[in-house]
Amino acid sequence: MMTSAVNHYFRSSIGRKHLVGITGLLLCGFLVSHLLGNLLLLVGPDAFNLYAHKLVSLGGLLYVLEAGLALVFLVHMYLAVRLNLENLRSRGKYAVKKRTGRGTTLMSATMPYTGMILLVFLVLHLMNLKFGSVYTTVVDGTEMRDIYKTTMEYFASPVSVGWYVFAMFCAAFHTAHGFSSAFQSLGWNHPKYYGKVKIIGYLYAILVGGGFAFVSVWAYLKGV
Amino acid sequence: MASTTDTMSLNLKIWRQKDPTVEGKLVDYKVDNVSPDQSFLEMIDVLNDQLVRKGEDPIAFDHDCREGICGMCSMTIDGKAHGGFKNTTTCQVHMRLYKSGDTIVIEPFRAQAFPVIKDLTVDRSAIDKVMAAGGYVTANTGNAPDGNAIPIPKPVADAAMDAAACIGCGACVASCPNGSGMLFMSAKVSQLALLPQGKPEAPRRALNMVYTHDSLGFGNCSVHAECEATCPKGISIEHIARANREYMKAAFSYHEKTHSEGGA
Repeated sequence: MMTSAVNHYFRSSIGRKHLVGITGLLLCGFLVSHLLGNLLLLVGPDAFNLYAHKLVSLGGLLYVLEAGLALVFLVHMYLAVRLNLENLRSRGKYAVKKRTGRGTTLMSATMPYTGMILLVFLVLHLMNLKFGSVYTTVVDGTEMRDIYKTTMEYFASPVSVGWYVFAMFCAAFHTAHGFSSAFQSLGWNHPKYYGKVKIIGYLYAILVGGGFAFVSVWAYLKGV
Repeated sequence: MASTTDTMSLNLKIWRQKDPTVEGKLVDYKVDNVSPDQSFLEMIDVLNDQLVRKGEDPIAFDHDCREGICGMCSMTIDGKAHGGFKNTTTCQVHMRLYKSGDTIVIEPFRAQAFPVIKDLTVDRSAIDKVMAAGGYVTANTGNAPDGNAIPIPKPVADAAMDAAACIGCGACVASCPNGSGMLFMSAKVSQLALLPQGKPEAPRRALNMVYTHDSLGFGNCSVHAECEATCPKGISIEHIARANREYMKAAFSYHEKTHSEGGA
């Protein structure tokens, strides 16, 4: 066992929680960059389309980045599902079970559910937008995809906006527990700083979840 | 002070299970003449006395010191381990916390790692196995050393003492939505990793205790912190974070020399 300590690490409860935490924080970082991109919608069609075009123009590098991102998503989801299934087996089957009110929060208790909703959202989101309707436009003499039009068209539907806002609410809930918990899992809990990390986690959840939701509602109100 | 002559009547729903092989169920009992000054366990004693007099099988439950330091008493009271009162073991719960006419549901500490033996007693030997995997210091102790021979900074001694307060009752496991023994395991890893006496074996301890913890059917930590809220000794999940660090360090840097490499 000693000689295979690293091997055991990736199968242990703590090692896998480390990976869930690291991938979760990476996904938090991705969301920030995604939100910053979305805010270009507010600037105008050209700014948003140029940004998207620049990303696409990365060519091979973009595929590497996308593959990396997909891997981060898959590791996070796979380990979270595995750990949760184990936890379901390990938990005590009580006739009556109540929380103390000083530990578990609604956010922490709903992590698997908000996570599953976000997975469904992710698939639909890619289908509707990235792999959605394709229009072309010309900006500064360059022909490029009019992803602005695709996006605004999508958000013209109140059902789409409603689902999107709900999903972003789930994302906020998920990260409100996940952000600070990742620090705890990685061993970064210091009495002096952990309170602040928790506050940053809540602020992150509100700003990022709220930011995405705001852009979608803005797009709906602006119309196609 | 409230008059001690006022007695209470309580309706109890208690988990009865003959042995580990059969299904148990909640059984209704009524117990009268409960003094508000009695402890929860004394209230069960009164009920058991009534049951024995009627020729019925008394309720099996774990208890020993009845002063909150041995870690033997358990019971999940109204869905909360040790009743869910802050920093309190079941034996230190007093009946004045309840009102006459209350219905109280009493179940054993439940977790996959804690199979029921009978009624409210569960087999908590899994936590002993985690302890046996490394929750000690291997040293020829000889006579008691001079208290000042090994200087330990006060904040470090305090942190180690906070972890050492663990009485191994298993409430963390019983209250955890995942049935994880992480708080218990981490308290010992953390306590000994903080102290100079425990440092030499810290990596091996962390590896062995985590390995054993994971192999006994305990769940994984989801940072609900329900354990911290339930722990009768108020042990913080900071110790889980420290154990996580210790484990990560050990997994990536510790190598025990084999015999051919000159090791023991």
